[in-house]
Formats: sequence, structure tokens, C-alpha cells
Amino acid sequence: MFVCHCGKNIAGTVDVARVSEALARHPGVVYATHHEYMCSEPGQELLRRAIREHRLTGAVVAACSPSMHETTFRRAAASAGLNPYLVEIANIREQCSWVHEGPAATDKAIRVARTMVEKVKGNHPLTPVEVGHAEKCLVVGGGIAGIQAALDVADAGFEVLLVEKSPTIGGRMAQLSETFPTLDCSQCILTPKMVEAAHHPRIRLLTYSEVEEVSGFIGNYHVRIRKKPTYVNPDRCNLCGECAKVCPIRVPSEFDCGLSERAAIYIPFPQAVPSSYTLDEGSCLGLVPLRCGECAKVCEPRAIDFDMHEELLEEDVGAIILATGYELYPKEAMAEYGHGTVPDVIDGLQFERILSASGPTRGEVRRPSDGRVPKEVVFIQCSGSRDPELHKPYCSKICCMYTAKHALLFRHAVPDGKAYVFYIDIRAGGKGYEEFVNRAMEEEGILYLRGKVAKVFRDGDKVMVWGVDTLTGKRVEVAADLVVLAQAVVPTTGAPELARKLRAAVDAHGFLQEAHPKLRPLEALTGGIFLAGAAHAPKDIPEAVAQGSGAAAKAVAILSAPVLTHSPEVAEVDEALCSGCRICAPQCPYTAITVDEVAHVNEILCEGCGTCVAACPSGAMTMRNLSDVQVQSMIRAALSEVPEPAEVKGG
Amino acid sequence: MAEAGFEPRIVAFLCRWCAGAGADLAGTSRLQYPPNAIPIRVNCSGRVEPSWVVDALRSGADGVLIGGCHPGDCHYMVGNYKARRRVYLLRKVLEELGVEPERVRLEWVSATEGARFARVMTEFVEELRRLGPLQGNGQG
Ligand code: FES
Repeated sequence: MFVCHCGKNIAGTVDVARVSEALARHPGVVYATHHEYMCSEPGQELLRRAIREHRLTGAVVAACSPSMHETTFRRAAASAGLNPYLVEIANIREQCSWVHEGPAATDKAIRVARTMVEKVKGNHPLTPVEVGHAEKCLVVGGGIAGIQAALDVADAGFEVLLVEKSPTIGGRMAQLSETFPTLDCSQCILTPKMVEAAHHPRIRLLTYSEVEEVSGFIGNYHVRIRKKPTYVNPDRCNLCGECAKVCPIRVPSEFDCGLSERAAIYIPFPQAVPSSYTLDEGSCLGLVPLRCGECAKVCEPRAIDFDMHEELLEEDVGAIILATGYELYPKEAMAEYGHGTVPDVIDGLQFERILSASGPTRGEVRRPSDGRVPKEVVFIQCSGSRDPELHKPYCSKICCMYTAKHALLFRHAVPDGKAYVFYIDIRAGGKGYEEFVNRAMEEEGILYLRGKVAKVFRDGDKVMVWGVDTLTGKRVEVAADLVVLAQAVVPTTGAPELARKLRAAVDAHGFLQEAHPKLRPLEALTGGIFLAGAAHAPKDIPEAVAQGSGAAAKAVAILSAPVLTHSPEVAEVDEALCSGCRICAPQCPYTAITVDEVAHVNEILCEGCGTCVAACPSGAMTMRNLSDVQVQSMIRAALSEVPEPAEVKGG
Repeated sequence: MAEAGFEPRIVAFLCRWCAGAGADLAGTSRLQYPPNAIPIRVNCSGRVEPSWVVDALRSGADGVLIGGCHPGDCHYMVGNYKARRRVYLLRKVLEELGVEPERVRLEWVSATEGARFARVMTEFVEELRRLGPLQGNGQG
């Protein structure tokens, strides 16, 4: 029995000497001590030495959560010749010293430690189960984070499936005009990556596709992907665009955020990958050529195929990278800023399209309502962010920077224009970011106003903005021509549901949850699933790229492992007791149980949930190292009284 | 029945992926709650056998908490649904035996819900204080 002080983290609350002394008298314990930091090298050496000197057949370390140091102590024990599965952690920090006070905390620590001693007494030495794995990686989301992850995994020599739900890869970055702080053209730096992904021999692009089902476990996921029909053969389409010209349908363009219209047959933008038109079944008059069929008539290369069907693909992959990206907080949610009702109140992405040379105004700044060049533009930061009462409590992180960029680019495009920026405060942490914001602030014609906007409404052909400058305490009224809202960043619609299919947790806002906020920022709690980009939290491009590469490295570690090991702490059948009643088999979510005369558990498939064990009426099904007998003695150890200290310390 | 100063004893079976991780998060966030429960970690709430609960109540526990993942979030997909059915039946049986069914609680706590874990613990302890010691458990 080894009790850790964890500096003051445990010893500040729990009387560790008392815990060690009480456990020393517990049946079966031959050695008990406490140490300042068990996880330190001297602490581990203490464990190793005790194992050798006392020929221990089991050890309990009472310390932090087993999710922190179970591996550390099991490895240390193994190096001293003790089977690692005979070592257990009693969690007396997260579930005791950090949440309780006074003598009751010490009493609880003793009880918790006793339960683990009882468990160890019933443990058996085990060896990990070896499992093979698939050597393919699934990347979900074809934005910059997903593209980077796919390229890195493919460059490391493994096959990648890159699944994207829209007709092209490129994601949000393809919609942006210039990027802060260098004002690089976004598409110009993105498209080479898109082309690289398209032509990489080991990347299979599955655009217009969605992941429908996932089963399995780390190294061995089985996924089903639904590929919707585009009704255009990409190998034949030569992008002549005749089809779109004759199409009688016009619907708002997703790529231009509703600022322009597209036909039912369309290409989101000229550099789309795959390079092909797509026929949107939802807006097309009808796939029966009798009802329209105009596009097919003019298609010279005969690329249009109304008989194309959706495809269902089944694939085995070893690792999954989720890079499902973000969208902006819906317009309807910001009624107080007139968003969604006043045409000249737009969001940041729409302004990107207006600034973009490939956008609806070919890069000229013109407002949506009447196409006039706006002279007075108001930018409102934190629109829907940092507002715990009404909207999202978190900071969307990218808005301070892109608003500074918007104001600058607007001033470059309209030299006699005036820009106002309402902000709560400026957050410009990033390389070159502070300098960039300063440049915007010092630029003539950009007025930074600290304060909140109370109301935005239409007044003739102006948009009135009422706010307060909290630095001067004065009311501010601007009769603007255009208002740009830096809307909060939210996860892509449907992404939390997908995460749920993968059993990857999401936080209260729908962003993917990492396994540890500091030390495992790229991993989901479920093994073999990794996170990249804004699906995890609002992020700018360099962060998304870095995380994409990081997730790829994590995935490659799995794909390149000769074998994976699997916990041996799984279910097992005592054939002598089994009556072959078959109650267990349907309980198993992994079809790991087969029954002939008696039940058999496939230890590779079994994940160790124990549902079958709890259901077995004859006690034949057991869980390795957590048998009923063990739990019964753990219960008793938890509940029986704690004896008084052997001697009163310190008089 | 409630006695002044009565501190109920609780055994808490927590699944490793959600409730157990939520309990760890409560610790990391330093959220204080009463120390009455001794946690026993299981892989999944579906591993918890009704006989364990009975065993705990017979061995001096005044209440038993089973903590699992929210419906649909079980790491093993369906373990928590099995747990829910078993606990439902068990509570009926306990009622027949004259044991207040409120002494057995099934709660869903996700890995991100440290605050919820602390609240569940606090509420359960308060409820058991109201109910008093389990008959026949002596001082409990
Ligand atoms: S893993 Fe938490 S209830 Fe199944």
C-alpha cells in the first residue's frame, strides 16, 4: 500500500500517515507507506523496491485518478517483476481530497483504499490481448484541417478516405477573401492543397457524402458512408457551364451565403475539387427528363446522367479524424441587430464573399439591398458571443482579427469610406496579430468604439446603429449604409449527432470534447478518434492546420503499429457452470458471444462492459479482475467501520 | 425517522467513461460535496448487478448510487438501458420488501458534467438524511 501526498494536493486535506497506518493493519497488507510524490522517480523506485523486497503479489497506489497514472505505476511494477494487472489505483485526489474537507476526507480515503486492496486480492495476472488493425484512416470534413490531416496521413504511407458532405472540399477557407495578418489571398494559398489532396495516390475523395454508421473500436472501426448522386460524371464534365445557363431554376447560393443565386446544376466555385458540376436533386425540377432535362440536352460531353444512384460504401478503418468545422450563429437568433430582416445587415462570412474577387460583386464592396457602394460601415464584434444571458457565453476567438481585416480591406476598397468597429475588448493573441490590429486602429477612417450596440434598425435607405461608447460615456448614433456582424462561431449542424454515433463526447455547445484539456487536446475519449479544427472550438487557420497535422500524427501512430493491444480485462465463461441458456448473447453490443453447449467470449471483440456478466443467472459469466466475489468484498471494505488509530500521535 | 446528525453511508457504482469521469472533473474543478459515498468504478452501468445493490444495503449502506452515461451516450452503446431496466425492477422488489425505493438512485452524468455530479451527490445525501438510517442496519 502506497499513499501519495501529491504535495499538498492530497496531504493538505487527507492525513496520509493515518491512511497508511490504517491500511497497514488491513488483512493482507504486508507493507504500507506514504511518499511525497509517488509518480516521481524516487516514488516509483519505492514501489519497485518494495515489490522485490517483500515479494508483493499485488500493490495499491492511493493517489490521483487512475486516468492519470495507472500506466505509470503498472509499468513500474512490471519492471520489478509484478504483473501490471495486479496493481490498482485508489483515487483519493479527484474523488476525495479535492472535494472534501476535515477528518471525513481521511475516513473516506481509508475506505477507498481498502476497496482497492480487496480488489487487488482477487486480481489475476493477465497479459494484453493482441489485435490486428486496419491500415486506413477516415477523415470527416474537407476543410483546411481535414485536408491537412488527410495529406499528412497519406504522406506517411497510409490510405485515407476523405469524406465531405458538400460537393467540393475547401471548406470555409475557400469562402474567405484575404487572411489575417498577412493579407494573403485565401483561395490562392488553399487551392494548391486542394489539388494535392485530389491527386494524392493514397487519398480517396468522397465528396457529397456523409458518414452514416460507425461501429467497432480503436484500430478496427467499420464505417458506412452514403455518397449522394451528383448526376454529373466528373470525368466527363469539362466545366463549360452551358447546363447552368439553360437551367430555369435559381436558388440562393450556399457558397456566396445567399448573396447570389445559382442554378439547380452548379459548381460552387471555379476551383472546386472534384472539378465538376453537381445537380442538386432538391432544387431540380425533376430528374425525369420529360419534366425539364434542358441541361442534359446542351451537355456536349454527355456528362449528365439522370440514372446515377446513391452509393453505400462499407469500409474498415483503423483511425478516424473528425474535422467537421463550424458555421456562424444563425441570423434569426440575432433579431436585436436586425440580422435576417434588414438586408444591409450581414454577417462576417457574407462580407468575406463581398470582398472576394470570386464573390457576387467581383470584389467590389457593394451592399446587398441596392448594389450601392457603402460609405459608412459599422462592424459589430461579439455578436452572439460572450453573452451568457442571451446567446453564447464563449469567445469566438477569430472575430477580433477578421473584423480588423474587414475594416482595413473596406478602407482600401473605398478610400473615402468610414468604418466604425464596436468591440467589448480586443483579443489579438497570435503571431503578428497585435501589430495587425494596431495597424487597423491607427488607420485613418477606422474608428474603434468600445461599447455595446443596443439597437440596429432600418431608417429609409440607412441602417441606424445606436450604441454607447463606454470609454467616454457618450451615446453614439451612426446612420450606416452597411452593418457587418461578427457572428458567434458554432459547430456545423449535424456534427454533434455524428460525434454521438462515434461515441465521442461533445460539450454543452456542441463542440467536440478532447480527452484531456491540457494533455490530450487532439484525442476524443474514445480510442482511435481524433479532433481537428473548429469542430473542437473556434480556431483560426494556422491552429486548424496545426491540429490537423497533430491529429494525423496520432492516427499514424495507430496505423503503423505492428499490433494493437487490447485490455485483457474482459468477460470470461466458466464452462463448468454455464448451462448454455443463451441469456448473455443478445445482451452483447459487440456480438462477441457465441453459444453452443456453453457460451464462448471472443476476447478480441469483447470491450469489457460487463452487461452479460450482470445478466448471467448461473454466475458462469465473469469479468476478469472484477468478479462478483471481488465486488462483494469491496462493498464490505467500503462500509465496515474504520478502526481507531493504533496509537495517539503527538500526545 | 431522521435523527439529528445522521450521516448516511453510500456506495456509488460509477461507470468509468461518464459518471466516473464526471466525478474526476468535479475534483479537478474543486467542487465540494458531502463525503458520504464510497465510489466503486465499473466499466459500465450495465455491469452493476442488482445483487450488489442488495448486498450493499445489507452490509450497512443507507443508499446506493449507480452513475452512468446519458441515454444514447453509453460507451458500450446500450449498457445504461440495461441498467435502467434492472434498477426499475429492483426498486419494485425493494418496495415490496419495505425498503424505500428512493434509496437506490440511477443518475446519468456525462464526463463534462462535474457540477452535476456534485449536485447529484449533495441531493442524494440530503434525501437519505431525510429518510434516516435503513432499518436493521443499526447505526449505518
Ligand atoms: S459506459 Fe457509462 S453507462 Fe455504459
